[in-house]
Amino acid sequence: MTVVALRPKAQSMPNATPTNVIDVKDLSLVFQTNDGPVNALSNINLAVNSGEFVSFIGPSGCGKTTLLRVIADLEQPTSGTISVNGLTPSEARQKRAYGYVFQAAALYPWRTIGGNISLPLEVMGMPKAERASRITKNLELVNLSGFEKKFPWQLSGGMQQRASIARALSFDPEMLLMDEPFGALDEIVRDHLNEQLLKLWAKTQKTVIFVTHSIPEAVFLSTKIVVMSPRPGRIHEIIDCNLGAERTLDIRETPEFLEIAHRVREGLRHGHSYDGE
Amino acid sequence: MTISRSPLAIAAFLLAVPGLLISSGGDVQATLAYSTPVILFVAAAVALFTSVSIPSLIVVLILVHVVAFCLIDLLGSMLTARPDIGYWCMVASSWLLAWFSVQNLAGLKLASAQAQRLVNFALPVLFGAWLLILWEILVRGFGVPSILLPPPSMIAGRIANSVPTLWVDFQQTYLKAAIAGYAIGCGSGFLAAIIVDRVPFLRRGLLPIGNLVAALPVVGIAPIMVMWFGSYWESKAAVVVIMTFFPMLVNTVAGLAASGAMERDLMQTYGSSYGQTLLKLRLPAAMPFIFNALKINSTLALIGAIVAEFFGSPIVGMGFRISAEVGRMNVDMVWAEIFVAALAGSLSYGLITLIERAVTFWHPSYRT
Ligand SMILES: Nc1ncnc2c1ncn2[C@@H]1O[C@H](COP(=O)(O)OP(=O)(O)OP(=O)(O)O)[C@@H](O)[C@H]1O
Ligand SMILES: [Mg+2]
Repeated sequence: MTVVALRPKAQSMPNATPTNVIDVKDLSLVFQTNDGPVNALSNINLAVNSGEFVSFIGPSGCGKTTLLRVIADLEQPTSGTISVNGLTPSEARQKRAYGYVFQAAALYPWRTIGGNISLPLEVMGMPKAERASRITKNLELVNLSGFEKKFPWQLSGGMQQRASIARALSFDPEMLLMDEPFGALDEIVRDHLNEQLLKLWAKTQKTVIFVTHSIPEAVFLSTKIVVMSPRPGRIHEIIDCNLGAERTLDIRETPEFLEIAHRVREGLRHGHSYDGE
Repeated sequence: MTISRSPLAIAAFLLAVPGLLISSGGDVQATLAYSTPVILFVAAAVALFTSVSIPSLIVVLILVHVVAFCLIDLLGSMLTARPDIGYWCMVASSWLLAWFSVQNLAGLKLASAQAQRLVNFALPVLFGAWLLILWEILVRGFGVPSILLPPPSMIAGRIANSVPTLWVDFQQTYLKAAIAGYAIGCGSGFLAAIIVDRVPFLRRGLLPIGNLVAALPVVGIAPIMVMWFGSYWESKAAVVVIMTFFPMLVNTVAGLAASGAMERDLMQTYGSSYGQTLLKLRLPAAMPFIFNALKINSTLALIGAIVAEFFGSPIVGMGFRISAEVGRMNVDMVWAEIFVAALAGSLSYGLITLIERAVTFWHPSYRT
């Protein structure tokens, strides 16, 4: 088992190619807490090309959410550099470069499902007719047509999460940042949404950064799997993974799939064993 | 025949029997003196010997209120100075019967939503009615001096006779001082909260001082406001402004901090401006807190406007009337003003609660 510690030189150079949508160099983040500093991220190097589907996988507390939040400009790195679309994360955020799907649905209870999907559109100053058509389109996309007038608390957890995905897609961002979007769903719904997400990605060629705890989910969806390890949070290994564009769930039985899943599992186990040393 | 095992029905029946036998102290020539115990006995018998159902409860309720009316009427035709033991037995019995009916009415599960709403409305009305009935009977039956506590009938008579006076007082104190003070106090408290929230050092500097001012007693500030703003309603409104400003400030500041971190991060990812986040997230999330302050303040405004008039006012106003009529021993007029204040206070509180339900329908405590 080889450990790929860093990306090849050519790719880690800032803006080496215009297709590098995310470029992270030597990035570290330390949280100052009452119990002293927490090294949430240490020496992260990562390059993501346009149209890639990248999954972050790793044990709880290894900094997956934190790294995603740094990309989204919701957290500031302590050292190192990061660029998104060649801009700073803050500039990219102001330009609405990405849609963020949180671990929980975070729908506003005083707005209907339709109203929640319309929220980013209102903030961006889109006219009413355009908002209405986008609401309909995106509700269809996540199979929630007919629930537009319902309030979030009248929907199941899975439906709420789908609505929050529709909300992130509604303004058609080039990039999707998703933090364990399907973590709380049952297996069947999760499989279904995985397929849908894959179709959406293939159709739109959006760049997706996806945090997950599930190895099959990561292997099924990704073109690149970033295996992370905890204390301090760092990238243990980056596994390329491309099972062809026309995938179905059946692919999970094939030897190629199982081979990559095995590599990810080994990587996770290996990353964990650093703890004791 | 099934016998109701409710101790209330049994006790009411046992007390209805002596009503038939022992003198109530009323004039024996009067028909009421004969008929009242009989009607009461019938009502108690219905309560005890029929199973609980809507028709039987309605019969008991109607009969017991006829009895209550007769009992009050009997007080006027007493031969002795005080009613006799038989009278008090009847009072106790009819009260127990009313209690019995209300208790069973509250326990009923009605099929139709409309009937359920009617019952929900009837319960507090019956409760209030019996408070008044017992007040009337006890005060008059025991001959309590009206200077201490006038019977409701006397207060009602005073209200009916003094509608014009009560109306101008109400205009002066409620429609002018209380409402103007309430609107200015709540409005400026709200705006101040937005500013305090935006400027962090104000939060740490102003809020502690705010708590200090909020603790100032109204009796202390009222005379000062009269000196500053004159004795007309403006000074009362100023007192109300001071009393309502800080509850609104403190609650709104707390409300603006109430939205969750994830919900705020979401707005950030949209590149939302301060104003947009305020309008679309933080103010809606603060609404339950703001309505809390609006409700507290509606009570405070009325108290403030009335009490402030004790410290100098023109010869009109609810507070002025209360202090003037107490001096003249016209206690019924004082009670009439208290009644108007209570009515106005609960109606405005109820109105705010209705608006609150419409605005914060999404809050877990109102969700349907
Ligand atoms: N705001 C914060 N303040 C202090 N420490 C934090 C903060 N956010 C995260 N941390 C710490 O940083 C580390 C990484 O947290 P992070 O949420 O990124 O983990 P994660 O990989 O997303 O875990 P999970 O899979 O459980 O969601 C943890 O040790 C956590 O305690
Ligand atoms: Mg996380």
